[in-house]
Amino acid sequence: MFGYYFKLALRSLRRNLVLTGLMVIAIGVGIGASMTMLTIYRAASGDPIPQKSAVLFVPQIDNFGPQPNAPPNQDFLPQDLTYMDAMALMRAHLGLRQAAMYATTQSITPPNAAQDPLEGYVRATYSDFFSMFDVPFEYGGPWGKAEDDTHASVVVLTRPFNDLLFDGMNSVGRMLTIGDKPYRVIGVLDDWHPSPRFYDLGQDSFTGTDQLFLPFTRAIDQQMSTSGNLNCDRAGPGSGWDGLLHSNCIWIHFWVELSTASGVSKYRTFLHDYAAAQRQSGRFNWPPHVALRDVVEWLTYNHVVPVAVGTLTSVSFAILFVCLINATGLMLAKFMARSGGVGVRRALGATRPAIFAQCLVEAGVIGLVGGLVGVGLTKIGLVSCRSVLPPDLSILTRLQGADVLIAVAVAIAVTLVAGLYPTWRATQVHPAAQLKTL
Amino acid sequence: MELRPVIAAMRRNRVGALLIAMQIAVTLAVLCNAVYIVQQRLSWTARPSGVDEADVFVISNQLIGSQRDLGSRIQTDLAALRAVPGIRDSYASNQQPLDNGEDEFGITLDPDHPAATRFTTVYYGDQRALATLGLTLSAGRNFNASEIGDCGDLPSGSLGGALVTRELAKQLDASGNVLGRVATLVPISLHVPIVGVIDRLEAPNVDLFGGSSIVEQSIILSCRFVNSRVDYIVHAMPGRLAETMRVAPLALAAVSRDRVILSVRSLHESRREIYRSDRTIALMLTLVCIIIVAVAVFGIVGLTSYWVSQRRRQIGIRRALGATRPAIVRYFQTENFLIAAVGVVIGAVLAVGGNLWMVERFAMTRLPFAYPLLGIVAMLSFGQLAVLWPALRAASVPPAVAARGV
Repeated sequence: MFGYYFKLALRSLRRNLVLTGLMVIAIGVGIGASMTMLTIYRAASGDPIPQKSAVLFVPQIDNFGPQPNAPPNQDFLPQDLTYMDAMALMRAHLGLRQAAMYATTQSITPPNAAQDPLEGYVRATYSDFFSMFDVPFEYGGPWGKAEDDTHASVVVLTRPFNDLLFDGMNSVGRMLTIGDKPYRVIGVLDDWHPSPRFYDLGQDSFTGTDQLFLPFTRAIDQQMSTSGNLNCDRAGPGSGWDGLLHSNCIWIHFWVELSTASGVSKYRTFLHDYAAAQRQSGRFNWPPHVALRDVVEWLTYNHVVPVAVGTLTSVSFAILFVCLINATGLMLAKFMARSGGVGVRRALGATRPAIFAQCLVEAGVIGLVGGLVGVGLTKIGLVSCRSVLPPDLSILTRLQGADVLIAVAVAIAVTLVAGLYPTWRATQVHPAAQLKTL
Repeated sequence: MELRPVIAAMRRNRVGALLIAMQIAVTLAVLCNAVYIVQQRLSWTARPSGVDEADVFVISNQLIGSQRDLGSRIQTDLAALRAVPGIRDSYASNQQPLDNGEDEFGITLDPDHPAATRFTTVYYGDQRALATLGLTLSAGRNFNASEIGDCGDLPSGSLGGALVTRELAKQLDASGNVLGRVATLVPISLHVPIVGVIDRLEAPNVDLFGGSSIVEQSIILSCRFVNSRVDYIVHAMPGRLAETMRVAPLALAAVSRDRVILSVRSLHESRREIYRSDRTIALMLTLVCIIIVAVAVFGIVGLTSYWVSQRRRQIGIRRALGATRPAIVRYFQTENFLIAAVGVVIGAVLAVGGNLWMVERFAMTRLPFAYPLLGIVAMLSFGQLAVLWPALRAASVPPAVAARGV
């Protein structure tokens, strides 16, 4: 029966091409607009490290005190830690793994004298960084606790940077000048692009520009200044490097891996006690104010999804809604125009459920064709978005195989919903009244 | 035009009429808010930076090698740049307008009252800054050579002088009377006398402040910037920008190769880059408006055409009874007007509601009343436009139809 209804539906669609075309285009445009924006939204809001996002946490400690002019609905916790606090958390060593980190920009002199010096984006961090974030290696491996403790001059390169400097060869053991000191390459990363770069949501958080990694302890020795945000209170950054390290300025990011619920609550208690101890010692003169957020909470808290993307996504669903109302109206017109034919079928013994099924199949076919048009429009939409979106977002907006199926399924589903009322109206046709008009 | 028969006919077609009204309502709501956002973003991107953008470019430079004599290295570089034919002037700064930057501080004339502290963005510059950027001095004077000091990190203590924008002057003192007074930068406790007021100079991150006038609150400190990472701001003679942008890096390389030239960009390019996302949003929302209006219009065309074909016999009867063609056209226009009127009223409410939701969630500003009003006029016109073709087809139904099959 389904096959027969399907054939009837195709025939009926061919009969009034203008009306059919309008319906198909309406559904296609609605699906195309909403799928385009949804793909971009998903790219902007994706979980960058799904396998571990629930066990990685950012601690926050209020070291600036209550802000008199703060807007009421924000917690105003500092985004980063001071060097002192970060080191206290490193020493406490309460997580399964933990790493303090910051970004710095250094001049790199390539081993090949023919190449000009260039600027490199360096991340100074601890050895746990690599195991905590599941960072894959192509050559060599990460440095270990020993290198952290001895402030070793070792460096890990990302793959693109290794390609640039060493033509993609295994460069483990080679030397590289960073600033004016030599460093030994200990590992080269495989492709790794967590997006957004959740562990540092500063500038370019979607492209992630880190190119080299070296031990935090070494970077502090070498007085490599941060290239990220440095926020201070009234006391300022103090004088010189040592002044900065002892200042109340925040510039260090800190991540900790806590694999059990009890570990998480223990860490919360620890943070609270730490802030309380700082109050006791006279450094803070306000009650402890701390937080511990996992990856997804951290991204939401930092509004990683651009407001404009959120707006456009809601607007695109308004388009889908208008398109569906439109399709409902057109289907109503189409089904009612066939009242005569429905009357004949009813008179020949078709039951109401049979008419219902026939009309619904027809709606489904419209949805199917509309969905295919929608997939095409989504592709066009994404290509044109790629040319105007900021490059850091556009690399993420690719349509995946599953999306095509989802788009078509959604198109059929919404068209069936849109077709419910027209279908119901069609089943209400009185055979006798219709036969009279024939 | 008698409304009663129109309303009576609509009663028999309640759902169809309701569907059109709903489409018009949602379309109006989206249209108002989208056009408002587009208009807002475009007005942001059109704000002048205060700089003579047509002739200025910036060389971002990282000096490497020995860091001991940075000050004299930078001065040598600048002298080499000024010697390039076609370059009028240049100076070294920490940052440039229309690009990402930082160095944001509090500023006040009254350090004892924290509430009087305002936001400011700090540029460094010597006595050449004013001419190189092409800024207009509206009061006071430029720096003297004697006021210029070397700054690497911002010193605490005191500095020779500062130029503030008119907006910052107004923020510091309601009457704008700031000349000769000493400003204090917080939290670093830097004291500096204000020697001049400039018309306008935007902060670097103009894209981050959502159109707020806070981007106008800039200050130039009388400093020769001494840092390994330094921006050379260069003013080319009129019409010689492209040529000097090509030659300038070569002139620097001739001075010394111990450097990384990070970028050479005209302010035009910087402007394009920094307002890119605003333009993207404006473009996409414009597309959205076109799509949603087109969908609504075609929906009205489709459904009205169906009504026309359904009522062919009735139209024929009316024509046979003496109704003229314009009368038939007017009938469908009136019908559409009544439906659209209901739609636009609901739509105006939705538009304001949607805007309030965005005010709440995305810190949008309130929609001015002109937008829903103009939206209502636009949607009613679109409705009339959409109904025209089906109505004309209805008018062409011959009266003879009435004679058939009665």
